[in-house]
Amino acid sequence: MINKLLLLVFLLAFAVNGTANADVKTLVLDGSTTVGPVAKSLATYFTKKYGIRVTVSESGSGNGAKSLINGSCTIAAMSRAMKDAEIAAARIKGVNPVAHVIALDGLAMVVHPANPVRSLSKAQISSIYHGTITNWKEVGGANARIVVIQRESNSGTQDSFKELVTGKSMQITGGAETQSSNGAVKTRVSTTPSSIGFLGLGFVDRSVKVIAVNGVLPSVKTVKNGFYSVSRPLYLYTNGQPSGPVKQFIDLPNTVEGKAIISELGFVNR
Amino acid sequence: MADESVGERNRSNAFVVTARKRTLQKVAKTAGEGMLFSVAFFVAVIVLFIFYFVARDAIPFFQIRGFSEFFTSTNWYPADEPGEFGALAIIYGSLMVTLGSAMIAVPMGVAAAICLSDILPFSIRQYAKPVIEMLAAIPSVAFGFFALVVLAPLMQDHGGPMLMWGWWILVSPFLLLSVIVIADLLTANIKDEKRRQQRHWMLLIALGLFSIFLLFKVGSVLNGIQILTGTNALNVSIILSFMALPTIVSVSEDALQAVGRDIREGSYALGATRAETIIKTILPAASSGILAAVILGIMRALGETMVVWMASGNSSHIPEPWFNYLEAIRTLTATIAGDMGEADQVTGSARFHVLFAMGLLLLIISFISNLVSERIVVRQRKILSGQ
Repeated sequence: MINKLLLLVFLLAFAVNGTANADVKTLVLDGSTTVGPVAKSLATYFTKKYGIRVTVSESGSGNGAKSLINGSCTIAAMSRAMKDAEIAAARIKGVNPVAHVIALDGLAMVVHPANPVRSLSKAQISSIYHGTITNWKEVGGANARIVVIQRESNSGTQDSFKELVTGKSMQITGGAETQSSNGAVKTRVSTTPSSIGFLGLGFVDRSVKVIAVNGVLPSVKTVKNGFYSVSRPLYLYTNGQPSGPVKQFIDLPNTVEGKAIISELGFVNR
Repeated sequence: MADESVGERNRSNAFVVTARKRTLQKVAKTAGEGMLFSVAFFVAVIVLFIFYFVARDAIPFFQIRGFSEFFTSTNWYPADEPGEFGALAIIYGSLMVTLGSAMIAVPMGVAAAICLSDILPFSIRQYAKPVIEMLAAIPSVAFGFFALVVLAPLMQDHGGPMLMWGWWILVSPFLLLSVIVIADLLTANIKDEKRRQQRHWMLLIALGLFSIFLLFKVGSVLNGIQILTGTNALNVSIILSFMALPTIVSVSEDALQAVGRDIREGSYALGATRAETIIKTILPAASSGILAAVILGIMRALGETMVVWMASGNSSHIPEPWFNYLEAIRTLTATIAGDMGEADQVTGSARFHVLFAMGLLLLIISFISNLVSERIVVRQRKILSGQ
């Protein structure tokens, strides 16, 4: 009886092992919620074209880097470049992260549609997020306290925002609300009259109002020609130079179909 | 006669236990007991293990950063270089929503339990209790979604009137009751019946006018309030109280039922009305069970993560003024859930260990409140049994 059980266990273990070996054709992609929509669309297209399954999880750029370092994903999607500390940690674990830029993304500053403010300078945005400007009337709006909305600390969008707008060393006010995804920020801003937040350009729709930064409105054109200064590249990271299906996936954004997918989602082709 | 003796013999044969059977029984008994013991032991050990592993990763934080910053500073910048790890505002936020939800859920829950056990007829109770318990089956993310998408915008658009109606609905029955009780108490000592009546009416009218004034004055102040952000401590408190309600109702209803029919009938036999029976007999007798229910409900609110993460706004500051429930706050659980992703050893160890320090703090709080409730229950039982 016990022998039979043991045999069964061995057989099962073997079977699981066998399928795992046969299943190298599954790509696992983890990371940024900003890159998420692009990655999902590319993945659907990729599966249709090559018959290779791609699983996409969106857990934030920091998590993407962590997963790549731990070996739990094959491709890390990130909306910021890897930090030195992360690259160092990767090297220790024998992982060699290689960056591939797949698209450009503008960070749009958004407010409620009813807000009369049209444009802010970077200095004004910094002061708002630092907590020195607390009322919309100080920047030409109505007399209402500003509800500041930021992203959580493992967001690449948050890192990019700090790097591009406020400066790395500035502390964002403790009164700032924290939301955990682009979608949640959009929901909050679209329902809160005196709020301000930031979104990846691909997430902007009519429910929120985009304001100009230093007089320039973000659009595909202004991001591409560099006039809109709050923009950043979106990355896919692989362990070493990609080959086989990973390379096919990484190259997808350079094809005509890939470019169509990216611009359809509101992101900017390189 | 002969038949009967045969039956006797057969029966006695049935009770004869052979040696083989006895050993088998003994083995089965030991095995069964051993299995039950190991399951119970396993559960106890899991708790100890959780304590051990959380503490193991929490202690390095205090070794690196010391105690004072964590407990006294409100600067929470774990991602900065260098990071700041002041958790005071976050601890405060946790306590704030727990207290807020308890203030809503406890009176409502206990009142609902009394209504279910002593006022509603059995046929209604049969359906009402499962419906209330079904609240517990709603996933917390659904509650959170409701809080974020429905309640938060509602509060922003109609905050003032909502607060006013809430105040009227919750406070007016309470005021009515207290006016009657206070008038009764103040005139109870007057001997002359006619003068007592007179005083009583005067007091009733004066207190009634005062409470109506209070009701409208505070109501109109509340009506004027503009809620700036809907994801705030009040929103979370309301949702958490809904989540704690099924626990409180269900457990305290069981406690009230456990009091027993004899005690109720004894009270009626002594001439007590139903209200007197409930307030003076049943509630004291069931108080330990109700307290256990309340603490269970509070622990549910303190430990809840998803709703808080979605609907509290997550801003790590102490509201101004400190009792302002209309500002966004951040709690321990939400911070652990939100920061865990990034806080690997990769990005600096203090940042990783501080989350375990928070976890340990939560564990200790729930441990202490469990101990306290256990103590109270034991003492209450002793008092009730007359020892």
